[in-house]
Amino acid sequence: MNVSNIRKDFPILDSRINNYPLVYLDNAATSQKPRAVIDSLVDYYENYNSNVHRGVHTLSVKATEEYENSRIKVKNLINAKSSTEIIYTRNATESLNIISYSWGKKNVHSGDDIFITPFEHHSNIVPWQELCRDKKANLRYVPLNGSGDIDMDKFRSQLSQRTKLVSITHMSNVLGTLLPVKEMIKSVRATPAVTVIDACQSVPHMPVDVQDLDCDFMCFSGHKMLGPTGIGVMYGRSDILNEMPPFLFGGDMISEVTYESAQWNDLPYKFEAGTPNIADAIALGVACDYLQDIGLQKIWDHEIQLGEYAVKKFKSLKNFKILGDRSKEKRGGVFSFHHEKIHPHDIGSALDKFGIAIRTGHHCAMPLVQSYGIVAASRASVYLYNSNEEIDKLIDRLSEIEEYFSGE
Amino acid sequence: MSELTDFDEMYQEIVLDHYRNPRNKSKLSRDFLETKSYNPFCGDEIELQLSINDGKLEDISVTGRGCAISQSSGSLMSEVVINKSINEIKEISLIIRSLLKNEEVQEKDLDRLGDAFALEGVKKFPVRIKCALLSWAALKDLIDQY
Repeated sequence: MNVSNIRKDFPILDSRINNYPLVYLDNAATSQKPRAVIDSLVDYYENYNSNVHRGVHTLSVKATEEYENSRIKVKNLINAKSSTEIIYTRNATESLNIISYSWGKKNVHSGDDIFITPFEHHSNIVPWQELCRDKKANLRYVPLNGSGDIDMDKFRSQLSQRTKLVSITHMSNVLGTLLPVKEMIKSVRATPAVTVIDACQSVPHMPVDVQDLDCDFMCFSGHKMLGPTGIGVMYGRSDILNEMPPFLFGGDMISEVTYESAQWNDLPYKFEAGTPNIADAIALGVACDYLQDIGLQKIWDHEIQLGEYAVKKFKSLKNFKILGDRSKEKRGGVFSFHHEKIHPHDIGSALDKFGIAIRTGHHCAMPLVQSYGIVAASRASVYLYNSNEEIDKLIDRLSEIEEYFSGE
Repeated sequence: MSELTDFDEMYQEIVLDHYRNPRNKSKLSRDFLETKSYNPFCGDEIELQLSINDGKLEDISVTGRGCAISQSSGSLMSEVVINKSINEIKEISLIIRSLLKNEEVQEKDLDRLGDAFALEGVKKFPVRIKCALLSWAALKDLIDQY
């Protein structure tokens, strides 16, 4: 993979921040966008802006065609059986909420169990807390063993006919840990539960195959995978989606309306009420093309290499500790670190002075961060356009910042 | 560290000194009012104890954990407000708020802030203003209760 060529595709990477070249290491929050994605937005608005699924005129036909083509690209990216299983939403949070409101409201009852893991982002915690409170169901956490990994035997022993939904992150947005989702889903198959994968940190970075994983739902956001903000995906198995009630009601989601009642439209339109986010959906398709052209396996290998390089370099900073044990298995290009004395906000503000963008705080995963006995951490997360030299800059500046705050 | 000189606007030497060596951090033993305030977005924490007698702040304890701005601000605050009347403290609190929110403050009012004037540099870093105001908000809560 030729990083310097890839960088040329991303206009923002030429920016200078506080007189330093931008080093963008906040990709787990949102990714930068290649020229092709940005151009496709302009192209839509300048050349074929029109509503979809309605008109017979040329522009509407073109817009509809491009909108539906993008759905096929997303379908191919995650190897779904059919593009009707790809529902466009605003983001993964909205996707998870649709599952909670629509599937959950109908199928979860008093005394049922919903399982999530201790690694979840708030967006995969709070909707289930609300559903459980509403239905008097139990929100349970998949147990961990002494080394902080999923305890599969214990997890299997806690599953029952009352287990109705299991929602797990594919990769932790704080630690970069990959969860054994395939094995977990296999265990859940013995119960009536549906399985949901929060793939926000996996789909943008590695090959993902929903049929191989055998999950029932998968949620991810376009803006973390080179696409624009405001477009996300809810993948669902068609037999399950067909049984689910719609979440939003209105135009586009109906096949027939009388003054008294309405018939729901077919998939995926049943879940896409109103004029959709046409421009951003089309641009997401362009982002899928960009990722596929480079190859997700190549991107993944590059990020693993960057992560390993960073962990090795961090050893020279003796007061900075990386959260989680990274020695055991390969992890993605997300790593959080902590300094005993210097608060992440001070680190983040100081790095920004050198043009280095990282995330500081609780990373929308307060329970997980707090389980390390800290209230906040600093996080660096890489993507296809990051280089070893950028990791070197991060390490060098952290060392300077340590001197500055300790007064040595 | 020459390249971080720009940074010194926010982290003036006196701010860093209060961060490294916080003042008035011994817990109070006699009658006191107490509160804890948090900034949930970044995890800053301030624990404040006040001993007020006859309308005057006789003793103060500020402890906590968090970033250099939040912690030094608490320490700087403790030095400015100790041995002052509640009314004076209320006025000083308003001055520091105005200063950080970039509102106009009269020269003679700035003098009343003492070393806490060093927090002025934070106003150029809008996302950090709430760090600087955390301890002052706790102080206001307690004084309003009194």
